[in-house]
Amino acid sequence: MILGFNHRSALAIYKREVARAWRTVFGTIISPVLTTCLYFIVFGAAIGGRMQEVGGIGYGAFIVPGLLLLTLLSESTSNGSFGIYMPRFTGAIYELLSAPVSVAETLVGFVGAAVTKSLIIAGIILLTANLFVDYHIVHPFFAFFYIVLVASAFSLFGFILGLWADGFEKLQMVPLLILTPLTFLGGTFYSIDMLAEPWRTVALFNPIVYLVNGLRWTFFGQADISIGVALGLTLVFLAGCVTAIWWIFKTGWRLRD
Amino acid sequence: MAEPILQITGLEKTYPGRGAAPPTRALENVDLDIRKGEIFALLGPNGAGKTTLIGAVCGLVRPTGGTIRAFGLDLAKDWRKVRSRIGLVPQEMAVDIFDTVERSINYSRGLFGRPADPARVEQILRSLSLWDKRDAELRMLSGGMKRRVLIAKALAHDPDLLFLDEPTAGVDVELRRDMWKQIDLLRDQGVTIILTTHYIEEAEEMADRVGVIDKGRILLVDDKDAMMKSLGRTEAQFALDVPLHSIPADIARDGLHLADNGMTLCFRGGDGAGGGRESVADIAQTLARLGIRYSAIDIRESSLEDIFVNLVNERPEIAA
Repeated sequence: MILGFNHRSALAIYKREVARAWRTVFGTIISPVLTTCLYFIVFGAAIGGRMQEVGGIGYGAFIVPGLLLLTLLSESTSNGSFGIYMPRFTGAIYELLSAPVSVAETLVGFVGAAVTKSLIIAGIILLTANLFVDYHIVHPFFAFFYIVLVASAFSLFGFILGLWADGFEKLQMVPLLILTPLTFLGGTFYSIDMLAEPWRTVALFNPIVYLVNGLRWTFFGQADISIGVALGLTLVFLAGCVTAIWWIFKTGWRLRD
Repeated sequence: MAEPILQITGLEKTYPGRGAAPPTRALENVDLDIRKGEIFALLGPNGAGKTTLIGAVCGLVRPTGGTIRAFGLDLAKDWRKVRSRIGLVPQEMAVDIFDTVERSINYSRGLFGRPADPARVEQILRSLSLWDKRDAELRMLSGGMKRRVLIAKALAHDPDLLFLDEPTAGVDVELRRDMWKQIDLLRDQGVTIILTTHYIEEAEEMADRVGVIDKGRILLVDDKDAMMKSLGRTEAQFALDVPLHSIPADIARDGLHLADNGMTLCFRGGDGAGGGRESVADIAQTLARLGIRYSAIDIRESSLEDIFVNLVNERPEIAA
């Protein structure tokens, strides 16, 4: 116990979750690398050559933050959700529920592991992208911080999903039917300034727009949306997720009869 | 008497109704004290509330009323301290089947906030004959082995109070004997054990005290021996060679009657502590003296099972 925080419990969960990811290490690494390569081949080589620069940045480099975010969102969400859904599904959750573990420790363990995995994948994607295009990150520390923030927020979101879902179908539904469309429509591969009205205004209701632009700002020092707004919204989302999880554990919803 | 290690007072659990289904009262005003170092068997039919009761103590079920105190602490307030000293072996094989045995045990120990201790983990694995399987994935193990892993996981943090929910449900006779031996060993190490079972034989074999639960209510709690003594009976049947029309005055006593048109002399009585058998011996000697011949005596002590069935049936309002 350190300051009322049971670090051993949190560490036990963290290590176990990282080990679980390690069991599927091949798919973990190969799949994002392959996806990134495919996107670069299609958007970078095939289409990118005909695209003009966006705000003075070559199109190939322009899509790097968007591509990174695309994988970051889906990987963080699925890592966060599977970690807690599987023990609920198999019944092994009894052990966690009967253990002297607080919400904070549970989250540090589960979400920490999901974030770790997401960060490793983010690193791999950035290296892979470097094979296709030259890009330079203007604010590398800020970029790292922002990636950690987004990975944490969406791992938490995934955790909620894993608590909410009562079947594998539901578990897949939200990433597939909500997250992927929003990401594609959120300016991953374009600047929303390219959109005609009213679509530009409509796009502003898509939260992913802010995430993409926040990350883009850390890369290039410029974006459609101010970094302050993007950062603020990301933090609000993160705080909302933590509150929801705290409520779930307090009321026992979907956890305790 | 020392303070009980676990003290349950007025425990209530009502599951909310779903749709048209009315709410279910799974536990009704349950009072139960568990003494330090004993093996307590909670006996009851399926759906009696055994698992709910365990769940309420172990944090899987949220009680709707009542208090639970363990080790002198209020569970609602000091849940962390209390839970770190309780172990639970669940009824179902709920494990991550891709984990290895040793990793799974280490995880359990860490989860309960204990520092890594390879020597202790080895000791636990050896005591359950799991050491040779420590690197095996759980999915490769037999059902019996998996069950031992569940016990090892529950023991990984050296609990003082151990719950075993139907530890031998669905296991073969040999494994059941083996499990009983393990439980006995744990008691020798000073662990207080609460086990639920619907095998009366198990309670009879293992327990110091027995509680009978049915329809969410504790019907009776007593020392097993005292329960057998107060509720136990000796039953004897003499198969007569020649039918009797009435019971001879020399053997007349309570609990004696004729059946099968006088072909069988039946006795039911005693106290489960030898008194009944004495009566039977006395009846047999008297019959011999009177020259009443019989071809067989069938004698048996009523078991905990009979007591249990009687208890549940004698209360029609809850056995309905």
